[in-house]
Amino acid sequence: MKFRTLGRHTREGGKSVWRNGWMTVSAVGAVTTTLLLVGVFLALMLNLNEIAGNIEDDVEVKVLVELTADEEQVSALENELESIPEVGDLSYSSKEEELDELIDSLGDQGKAFELFEQSNPLNDAFIIEPNDPVEALAIADQAESMDQVEEVDFGEEIVQRLFQFNEYARYIGLGLIVGLVFTAIFLISNTIKITIIARKKEIGIMKLVGATNAFIRWPFFVEGLLLGVLGSIIPIAAVLSGYYYLYYNLQDRIQFDFIQLLPFYPFAFQLAGLILAIGAFIGVWGSVMSVRKFLRV
Amino acid sequence: MIEMKGVYKTYPNGVTALNGIDVHIDQGEFVYVVGPSGAGKSTFTKLMFREEKATKGSVKVNDYNLSTIKERHVPYMRRHVGVVYQDFRLLPRLTVYENVAFALEVIEESPNQIRRRVMDVLDQVRLKNKARFIPDELSGGEQQRVSIARAIVNHPKLLIADEPTGNLDPDTSWEIMHILEEINASGTTVLMATHSQEIVNTIRRRVIAIEDGQIARDEARGEYGYEI
Repeated sequence: MKFRTLGRHTREGGKSVWRNGWMTVSAVGAVTTTLLLVGVFLALMLNLNEIAGNIEDDVEVKVLVELTADEEQVSALENELESIPEVGDLSYSSKEEELDELIDSLGDQGKAFELFEQSNPLNDAFIIEPNDPVEALAIADQAESMDQVEEVDFGEEIVQRLFQFNEYARYIGLGLIVGLVFTAIFLISNTIKITIIARKKEIGIMKLVGATNAFIRWPFFVEGLLLGVLGSIIPIAAVLSGYYYLYYNLQDRIQFDFIQLLPFYPFAFQLAGLILAIGAFIGVWGSVMSVRKFLRV
Repeated sequence: MIEMKGVYKTYPNGVTALNGIDVHIDQGEFVYVVGPSGAGKSTFTKLMFREEKATKGSVKVNDYNLSTIKERHVPYMRRHVGVVYQDFRLLPRLTVYENVAFALEVIEESPNQIRRRVMDVLDQVRLKNKARFIPDELSGGEQQRVSIARAIVNHPKLLIADEPTGNLDPDTSWEIMHILEEINASGTTVLMATHSQEIVNTIRRRVIAIEDGQIARDEARGEYGYEI
């Protein structure tokens, strides 16, 4: 396509957006509403994902060895643990190391435990990182039945619930988004239908004098694209400012260090790009749908 | 140039418009298509630029076989055929100049070419001084001249006119006929469906009469042949 022709299509598409008046407003409004919800939901979901991911990465199974076990039994247990297929990384941590870690993790209060260095009450332990965090439960089950194992520990409750919550949230959110996207596509395709009807005579003449189908379609394509992009302006502004506010005001108040919001830059800009892309997609699809049906070309 | 062999056309609603048409028209001919209303004249002309598709038989126009042509080649075929209608079909919001230029814009001609050719063709139909008028400011005859200008601006080999004088008074009709004759004299084939006995019997040319979807008459310098 020639550059000049592209200019013509853009002008024509733009004119239609202007001429359709309230239909344009309603179509853009639908896209705006959709994208606002999509934006909020995506911000929420991606952050939850990140948090869940952080926790998942931290999942480890700690196998406490019986205090009475001798060296031979410990190494037998090690072999046995290593033979579990789901085990990714296996490391041994003596009770002295365990105590050091405990003291470190408690900071100042940990000093109280330094007394125990003389008579350490802790167990030696094997620390297992599963290949896939979801397999933690399976590993724990198998380890529990082995000899010389006193206890297996992996924060099962939290991990399970988090996985489950994340799953539900994903499905509900996706369902919501898909429904909204279709509504917006429908409204855009209706708006463009009105343009097509208004320009029926013009299209007839275009066909008569030998305009190609692609040439006839382009302005409608541009119109759809414009509607989609116009609809994404407010959501992008809202997401950028909203997330900026949240990130810089809320982040400090969250106490748990495993809950980390995704950083404003680049996350908010990636999200804005995604919203723009979804808006453009909705617009283009809406226009393609109505043009195909109407022009029979 | 135009060749139809065993052409039948039945519309989806069951109406048979053409019932076995064989015809050959050479480049540069001037042909009237006459016949009673509903006899198939319109369908006959529509087959020539693939506005309608023959149900059976072969239609060849300008080296294009319209019975087998691919959908995406149709626009290019149409660039060699100009069409004029009884009701002009001009775009009311565009000026005379823009209406004619539109035909070249949509086939992506260069702006220089467009300017030159539109002015040439407006000169040819004697409307150069009305280039900036909109259709509503023109008489019926002038509007038809604009639509003829639009049809020939691309130098088509074939001009199809479907009752071009149907909405015009006699004086204006003659004006249009002179322009069509001039276009024909420059080598363009002209195919004109008409109900005007006066025109057909005065400017004597080949006459193809269609009745009940068949060619009833085909005479080199024929007459209109129907009572009014």
